Amino acid sequence: MSILVNKNTKVICQGITGAAGSFHTKQMLEYGTQMVGGVTPGKGGTDFEGVPIFNTVADAVKTTGANATVIYVPPPFAADAIIEAADAGIELIVTITEGIPVLDMAKVMQYLKGTKSRLIGPNCPGIITPQECKIGIMPGYIHKPGKIGLISRSGTLTYEAVYQLTTRGIGQSTCIGIGGDPINGTNFIDLLKLFNDDTDTEAVIMIGEIGGSAEEEAAEYVKAEFKKPVVGFIAGTTAPPGKRMGHAGAIISGGSGTASEKIKALKAAGIHVAPSPADIGQTLVNLIGEPAK
Amino acid sequence: MNIHEYQAKEILADYGIPIPKGKHAFSADEAHAVAKTLTTKKLAVKAQIHSGGRGKAGGVKLVDHPDHVKTESEEMLGKILVTKQTGPQGKKVSRLYIAEAPNIEKEFYLSFVVDRKNQCVGLIASSEGGVDIEETAENHPEKIFHLEINPTFGMYPYQARQVAYALGLGEKKSFRDAVKMVLNLYRCFVENDCSLIEINPMILKKEDAVEALDAKMSFDDNALYRHKRIAEMRDPAEEDPREVAASKIDLSYIGLDGNIGCMVNGAGLAMATMDIIKLHGGEPANFLDVGGSATTEKVTEAFKLILSDPKVKTVLVNIFGGIMKCDVIATGVVEAAKQMGLKIPLVVRLEGTNVDLGKEILAQSGLDIISADGMADAAQKAVAAAS
Repeated sequence: MSILVNKNTKVICQGITGAAGSFHTKQMLEYGTQMVGGVTPGKGGTDFEGVPIFNTVADAVKTTGANATVIYVPPPFAADAIIEAADAGIELIVTITEGIPVLDMAKVMQYLKGTKSRLIGPNCPGIITPQECKIGIMPGYIHKPGKIGLISRSGTLTYEAVYQLTTRGIGQSTCIGIGGDPINGTNFIDLLKLFNDDTDTEAVIMIGEIGGSAEEEAAEYVKAEFKKPVVGFIAGTTAPPGKRMGHAGAIISGGSGTASEKIKALKAAGIHVAPSPADIGQTLVNLIGEPAK
Repeated sequence: MNIHEYQAKEILADYGIPIPKGKHAFSADEAHAVAKTLTTKKLAVKAQIHSGGRGKAGGVKLVDHPDHVKTESEEMLGKILVTKQTGPQGKKVSRLYIAEAPNIEKEFYLSFVVDRKNQCVGLIASSEGGVDIEETAENHPEKIFHLEINPTFGMYPYQARQVAYALGLGEKKSFRDAVKMVLNLYRCFVENDCSLIEINPMILKKEDAVEALDAKMSFDDNALYRHKRIAEMRDPAEEDPREVAASKIDLSYIGLDGNIGCMVNGAGLAMATMDIIKLHGGEPANFLDVGGSATTEKVTEAFKLILSDPKVKTVLVNIFGGIMKCDVIATGVVEAAKQMGLKIPLVVRLEGTNVDLGKEILAQSGLDIISADGMADAAQKAVAAAS
């Protein structure tokens, strides 16, 4: 089992003819994701690697019955692409694009309220249910099907954690990168709730970083309601205040959003915080035991 | 991106925000000329650096004659100001702002921010101005007024009235002026993709008028492409020259004080790499994210940037290849090391796509590379090599 995506998920790609969109569409097809269509205005009627291209998301949905989209369109046009997907009734909108203006995202999030669409990202690696459905840019082969859920604000640090699990023989139910921007769609709590109800997820790893208070809020939720073991890691213990550490949202401002505050909040909620990024996998093993051979 | 106070005030003036009359100056003579056009009894000479706490550090002086503006300016220009925000190295003053100093009845605090939690524009106001808002939040949380503004609909006049009431302004001219000012500030915030507008203090003058006495503005880097005028206000002298060089080649780099140079792909992994160096007793020299789709040339440039820091005693390359292929990184590292005649230890940890190919390229390069398995091994080896 898994959350949000599985082998039945029908995916389209917005921006399929761009460099990133075409490269990753190919990768997703190779992984076995059901890529049913692509959207590039003006290129409707053509195809890419056998995947039909449409002018609008509405056309793509009508013809293919797609229920998920992955967006690679450049930042100035990304908010428009997300809203187009929502208006077409797409349930899961995964936005990979990095560099979308934050006020554009604030408006998008207000717009999505009251729709049936869920946004993952932006500025994220995407979502994967191993051997069923990969929507995004993560290297597929490091994943292994199993029972650990993973939620992260990072990209490569998520791969690092997944790799530590897979090399220890521990598989994953679903792994989601929620993105490194100050305003994003699905957050830690939304996904923890889904993992809480997913009978096949036994434990969850959450990887946070400096900036904002999403980790602290998630910790409150874990303490109050979450029933499964949680391992945490927070990146940026050594980050200086006032500097944006790569991700637009990774900044300690006005003395808040520090790694130490977040680690304190996680620990207070009973989350097992890995002392080092190299120990994320081992911390989980210590908590739930070695995988059955 | 941050700008200077005088630049912020130019923008605010365009939005009809009342500010004390003034102008910037690059020399004492210019400052003197500006001072002669001003009419208040007292005049302010304000150092223009990107930092708060200038007043306490001697960066704001009040004088009572234009000639004294000149002498104060001579004193201040070229001086290194050390505030609680600049760090011990301080910042050099090369621009001044000369302005009229009004008669202050009361000081307030007013700011607009991006409210990450509520995904909207946030407003913070306080009847206590001229002091740090963090201090007020700590000591008098009841004196802080918060407001959430939905960016789709914008700010409504009733919200601005709430602010004016929260500041304690009664039904006088200043109340109506404050309402107008708050609405205009909101418009300025959204129209320019600000990430912060802070008016501290906003003042009530003895003449029953309000003014923005000081102003700090920051902008969303991701939106600068649609604000050419603001992008041109960037003052590279205020930034770490290495960070300026990095941004020109589209690399994310932050200079730090340690001696282990880091090159990593991905911001989260780059931060985690710094953390693990520290955990093993070392100090990172920088944060550097080469990005997910870097080319051999970009890796070479990144490597040069790391080595341009004389403090760097060891370089640690930590790559988890996803989109980024390990052979591309390896080729870039070898290229850069050869071009620069690498004389310090180089620790490389590669994992992910094309890792074997990458390791082979490193092994056959003839370079003396310390290869590592996993992040912990890499950090230990880098720390040992740097000490």
